[in-house]
Amino acid sequence: MKPTKAMLKNCLHTLLAAATLAIASPALAAGGHALPYAFEPDTGNTASVRRGAANFMNYCSGCHSMRHLRYGRLGQDLGIPENLLKANLMFTSDKVGDHILSAMPGEASKTWFGQQPPDLTLESRYRGPDWVYSYLMTFYVDPTRPLGTNNLVLPGASMPHVLWELQGLQVQSEAHAADGEAAAHGEAHGPQFELVSKGKLTPKEYEKFVADTVNFMTYAAEPGREHRVSVGIKVVLFLILFSVLAYFMKREWWKDVH
Amino acid sequence: MAITPNPYKTTGLLGWIDDRFPLTKLWKDHLSEYYAPKNFNFWYFFGSLALLVLVNQLLTGIWLAMHYKPDAAQAWDSVEYIMRDVPWGNVLRYLHSTGASAFFIVVYMHMYRGILYGSHRKPRELIWIFGSLIFLVLMAEAFCGYVLPWGNMSYWGAQVIINLFGTVPFVGPDLVIWIQGDYIPSDATLNRLFSLHVVALPFVLVGLVVAHLIALHEVGSNNPDGVEIKKHKDPNTGIPLDGIPFHPYYTVKDIVGVGVFLIIFLGVVFFAPDGGGYLLEKPNFTPANPMSTPDHITPAWYFGAFYAMLRATPSFAGTQIWGVLVMFGAVALIFFLPWLDRSPVKSIRYKGPIFKIALALFTVSFVLLNYFGMQPPSALGTTISQIGTVVYFLFFLLMPFYTKIDKTKPVPERVTYEAH
Amino acid sequence: MSNQGVDPGRRRFLTLSTAVVGGAGVVAAAVPFLASWKPSERAKSLGAPVEVDISTLEAGQRVTVAWRGKPVWVVRRTPEMLDGLTKVDSSLLDPESKQKQQPDYVKGEARAIKPEVLVLIGSCTHLGCSPTFRPDHPAPEIDSNWQGGFYCPCHGSKFDLSGRVYKGVPAPLNLVVPPYRFESDTQIVIGEDPKGVA
Repeated sequence: MKPTKAMLKNCLHTLLAAATLAIASPALAAGGHALPYAFEPDTGNTASVRRGAANFMNYCSGCHSMRHLRYGRLGQDLGIPENLLKANLMFTSDKVGDHILSAMPGEASKTWFGQQPPDLTLESRYRGPDWVYSYLMTFYVDPTRPLGTNNLVLPGASMPHVLWELQGLQVQSEAHAADGEAAAHGEAHGPQFELVSKGKLTPKEYEKFVADTVNFMTYAAEPGREHRVSVGIKVVLFLILFSVLAYFMKREWWKDVH
Repeated sequence: MAITPNPYKTTGLLGWIDDRFPLTKLWKDHLSEYYAPKNFNFWYFFGSLALLVLVNQLLTGIWLAMHYKPDAAQAWDSVEYIMRDVPWGNVLRYLHSTGASAFFIVVYMHMYRGILYGSHRKPRELIWIFGSLIFLVLMAEAFCGYVLPWGNMSYWGAQVIINLFGTVPFVGPDLVIWIQGDYIPSDATLNRLFSLHVVALPFVLVGLVVAHLIALHEVGSNNPDGVEIKKHKDPNTGIPLDGIPFHPYYTVKDIVGVGVFLIIFLGVVFFAPDGGGYLLEKPNFTPANPMSTPDHITPAWYFGAFYAMLRATPSFAGTQIWGVLVMFGAVALIFFLPWLDRSPVKSIRYKGPIFKIALALFTVSFVLLNYFGMQPPSALGTTISQIGTVVYFLFFLLMPFYTKIDKTKPVPERVTYEAH
Repeated sequence: MSNQGVDPGRRRFLTLSTAVVGGAGVVAAAVPFLASWKPSERAKSLGAPVEVDISTLEAGQRVTVAWRGKPVWVVRRTPEMLDGLTKVDSSLLDPESKQKQQPDYVKGEARAIKPEVLVLIGSCTHLGCSPTFRPDHPAPEIDSNWQGGFYCPCHGSKFDLSGRVYKGVPAPLNLVVPPYRFESDTQIVIGEDPKGVA
């Protein structure tokens, strides 16, 4: 039973994705320009989402909150027992029913960064997973910026490259800086960057790190997603059965009409 | 005092009720002895589907109001509360948000059916007027609902639509402030739109739907041939020869329609509730921010055509009111359709080439207008929208002339129907 | 209308099965609506177990804390108070706490894990008023055999110092003992069973 169900689910996803793409142009960024990377999140990959949650808690939650997501919900959906949740993911609260708030005082952060770091609960739904993925991939060295780095999809970002120890530091290669066209074709091979100082992770590992993080953020933006899809499959199968029965019933009754 | 026994000779509990309340009479008049033409086709599913969607909106709306907070400081959070903390809250919300779009699709199809087969023609003018009023109230209802989540798109949508009233000569700016109850869309605005959305407008809407159905059942349904089935009745029974009782024949048929519709509708609800950004807009996933407009403001897709007309109309004589007049005029024209169509025949089946060409141009224009209404402004979009707007208006305004000079085919005495 | 080719059995079967399947669908469709009335995650979070520090609670005194929005009393009973419990047995409706108004691990006339520490939900089993703490005795205006307890001001129900209800009062049941456990000698967690108890 399991593989068939998964196949059906995949099939439905593909169909719907195709249907949505056919009518939708909003694969573009909010600003209307193409993004350097496309990323198809997989919130069904619990292991990845779990790693992403740890990434978020360790690297992002110092400044960014997820004020609509409760620790308990996270543990429940990702199958993390309460003791592990408390030990590894809960830094700002000891109540599992609490929301994920950041440790940073709001007013102070305004003076540090010029603005309060935004809440990230819905970031992946607001900007899109493509955008978040691209954003985390495209910090580059830019001496003209106060923090020394800039970002390709959010030029002038007030956030420093928090993950530089992992990714290392990259500069925009000359060829690419001149030619914005390449970005439009994006897909798997992103923009041309050159790594000038190595990070703790290899480029492949860093990609995976970002993918995990975006998977988690996509989960966090809509924790009910997996549940609604699984209910939806049952609902549609039921309705097909119902419609077929109703159709034969209609045909039977309409034999009266000449 | 003795009770006059009911004429249906029902007994028991039903008889007791029938002596006091016309239950059996209502059942017979509107279902089991309401005779509808037997040649309804695909287009005739949308009336009952509109009723289904209305019920969906009412039920899910009532349930959402149990958890939603109409307060500018809490509205946004309460929607996320529904999405996350309320058991099944996300499904209730998606049913409602997707249902709004489904309502417009179904109603647009239902109206188009009317134009195709002349369902608005004498003696059905009032059915059409009630229907047009339903459409008008539905637009107001949808706008109010769109604002309630108080996301950034809600906020700026409210800003833009309310500011349309600012173009009214002399009193415009004061009118806007009066509508908002503040200098910007604010808590006061949200609270009054909430009240309109959940109390006043649904009340009016349901009333209009009842009137629409009473008028329909008074004169009887039109059909794809546009012939009156009441002209040929069985001399013994008085039943129209081409009529079949709505129940069971059209109830069983509509149930099939409901099944197929629900597969599509619930498919979207469960698998693509965002609708690629058209059903739930991305900028609405961030709270209302009076300091920052989203990069690309689009109306809900179902207002696309009317919004395109607004944008396509240039301002002159120092005022933008022309665009607003064009937009409201486009809706107002719909009401006059029964008197604009002067063709001797009702159905497109027997109308001539001029009407068919006019309708085709109208259809293409409406779809293009809708498309360009959703796109960022562009020179090409504006030009096409302007042409589309002109075609839309000419379709209505020239109708008395071209329907009169158009050739028509002879209309059959009886409906065309082949049993299958 | 004629009935050529109509098979009444088939018609009945198809109509019935469509009706049954459709009816099941309508029942299933009611689930989201009904389920949405259950306590939300927020309500559950607010109703989460609460910790009470009883290190400063003196003998004979009571503290009231809120758990799931209801008052919960913690009373540190004196040996004299515990002795009084037996004296009122004959005046009580359910002295042995046979009705399930307490978790299984709470037994005997003390109705407590540790006899000196009483934990009760402070709402009357009659209509939900919160009874008054009356440790003083004798109190002939309440009962001739009063050994201290709780007296409900709304309708005059009487409970002893274990929350057991007196005979002949409107309240039909003993006061409810909530699930609780001792985190340490001085910390109680209200709303959670002791470890190892399901």
